[in-house]
Amino acid sequence: MSSSLLSPLPLRSLLRLSPSLRAQTFSVLSRPPPNYPGHVPLNLIERGALAVGSALGSITNPYRHDLVAALAEATSSPYFIARLRRAMLASPTGRRILRDKPRITSRSMSLEKLRLLPEGTVGRGYAAWLDREGVTPDTRDPVRYIDDPEEAYVMQRYRETHDFIHAITGLPVIIEGELAIKAFEFANTALPMTGLSLAAIVRLKKAERERFWKVYGPWAMRNGLKSGECMCVYWEEELETDAGVLRERLGIEMPPDLRKTRKREREEKRRAKEGVE
Amino acid sequence: MSAHLSRASKRVRLSHRAPWVCQNCQRSFASSTRWQIERTAEEKKAEERTTHFGFDTVAESLKASKVASVFSSVASSYDTMNDLMSLGIHRLWKDHFVRGLNPGIRPSSASSGQGQRILDIAGGTGDIALRMLEHATRVNRDTTAHVTVSDINPEMLAEGRKRLSQTPYAAAGRIDFLEANAEDLSAIPDASIDLYTVAFGIRNFTHKDVALKEAYRVLKPGGVFACLEFAPNLGNPLFNAVYKRWSFSAIPLIGQLVASDRDSYQYLVESIERFPKQSDFAGMIQEAGFVVPGARGEGLEGGWEDLSLGIAAIHKGVKPVK
Repeated sequence: MSSSLLSPLPLRSLLRLSPSLRAQTFSVLSRPPPNYPGHVPLNLIERGALAVGSALGSITNPYRHDLVAALAEATSSPYFIARLRRAMLASPTGRRILRDKPRITSRSMSLEKLRLLPEGTVGRGYAAWLDREGVTPDTRDPVRYIDDPEEAYVMQRYRETHDFIHAITGLPVIIEGELAIKAFEFANTALPMTGLSLAAIVRLKKAERERFWKVYGPWAMRNGLKSGECMCVYWEEELETDAGVLRERLGIEMPPDLRKTRKREREEKRRAKEGVE
Repeated sequence: MSAHLSRASKRVRLSHRAPWVCQNCQRSFASSTRWQIERTAEEKKAEERTTHFGFDTVAESLKASKVASVFSSVASSYDTMNDLMSLGIHRLWKDHFVRGLNPGIRPSSASSGQGQRILDIAGGTGDIALRMLEHATRVNRDTTAHVTVSDINPEMLAEGRKRLSQTPYAAAGRIDFLEANAEDLSAIPDASIDLYTVAFGIRNFTHKDVALKEAYRVLKPGGVFACLEFAPNLGNPLFNAVYKRWSFSAIPLIGQLVASDRDSYQYLVESIERFPKQSDFAGMIQEAGFVVPGARGEGLEGGWEDLSLGIAAIHKGVKPVK
């Protein structure tokens, strides 16, 4: 298999690359076959171009979630996604997740059943958060640019469990909340995209930025580093666990409620304006 | 089967919801190049006749709807993508194509009755139709030339309607829209069209020979068939090597970045690769009954015009006057 993947260019330097990188030096005219449905093997140049293009595209248009996804995939191979998979393999729950490979979709997560769970459980909190923010557990963009099928599943699982992190920390979908979660994920999973996406801090308003540096950034770093691997949580089994118990087990503090803080700030500003007038 | 034809699906490739299998296990199965779709016995019989869809082989009955769904997802960003893929040169090609055809009949005391009737096939967004009308009206002072814009895809046609409605030609009733498959133009009577054009559309047709026969039917004797299309290979091998790498690497990547749709652009470059070369296509035009002007010898050399070193080519045919 390696012979069909080697580039025809007889450069010694190419042969000296590590196997995982050498597998990405093929000619686009003889692309290797896909390893799973939807897989598109990319060579190093294409991967670099995708990384740069999707980084620029996602910062100029944050609604392009598919570019954020592409950036994650382009920058995670070969090392970071492998490291994350190894971290999952090191834990018994992580190993079970990798063996079962559960998928979270609007079909597999029945919101009606989740809403009926007792108050304070993870599942109830998840359903409530989805309702509050007006989002659904839609099928996330499928992973296409990661070569190993199991690593591709790890990335897909990361995407699908992102909303659960939102639910147990209570952070909203607005850009401020998303950045706080991304900072947390960077400290927790070490995926480069999560770190790179913090460049979007330049898009925050001044007050939001100050809040990030003072409150949410330190919260994210502190908790991301000290908590257990969030990727190793079998969310499907934790739906009926009390959220506080889960947070304690993982070692995550609840951050200050962002929506309340923003609302308070807006009201103070309005009162100040009315006071002046 | 309906799940595969869903308009909402932007994926051109048929997807298969199978559980993830690790690389070692995959290798022990049979070749993992394509996943087979599950088919019932009746579907298997109907799908026996296959054709190419890009590099995929699909049942003939599926190709038209798959092409339609490709263009639904490309419709809105069509022009941006065209500009990025051809670095703006597609505008020059289309201008040259229209100028070469010189649509419009100079008005004189001898001119009578109906104006020139032009049929633009796969002309959804109205690029060619607008150029034809502008040329006829401004260059040849012909205010009676009429264009029928036809496309298999209603979204491309809607895009065309939107653009052309802002021009004076729509108000003057000089444009019609027809949603039809080029292989079945039964809505158009025999020998009623003076000029049949198809720009960057014919490579998507399931049966090009049937479309050529329909073109022959609807054209008046003396009418002109003109086709602007990509050619599969450039003449110069070095340029061809660079061009191929650009096509298969950069174009799907640009599709992903700009239009968030890699698959449709992968299909586009594969369909170009599958298109017959210029001499073969000129042969097909001749087979349909047209006279190919300029053709010499067995290979019909000179029967077409290469553009931009052979990236695109203009083919023309004239329906003989009996």
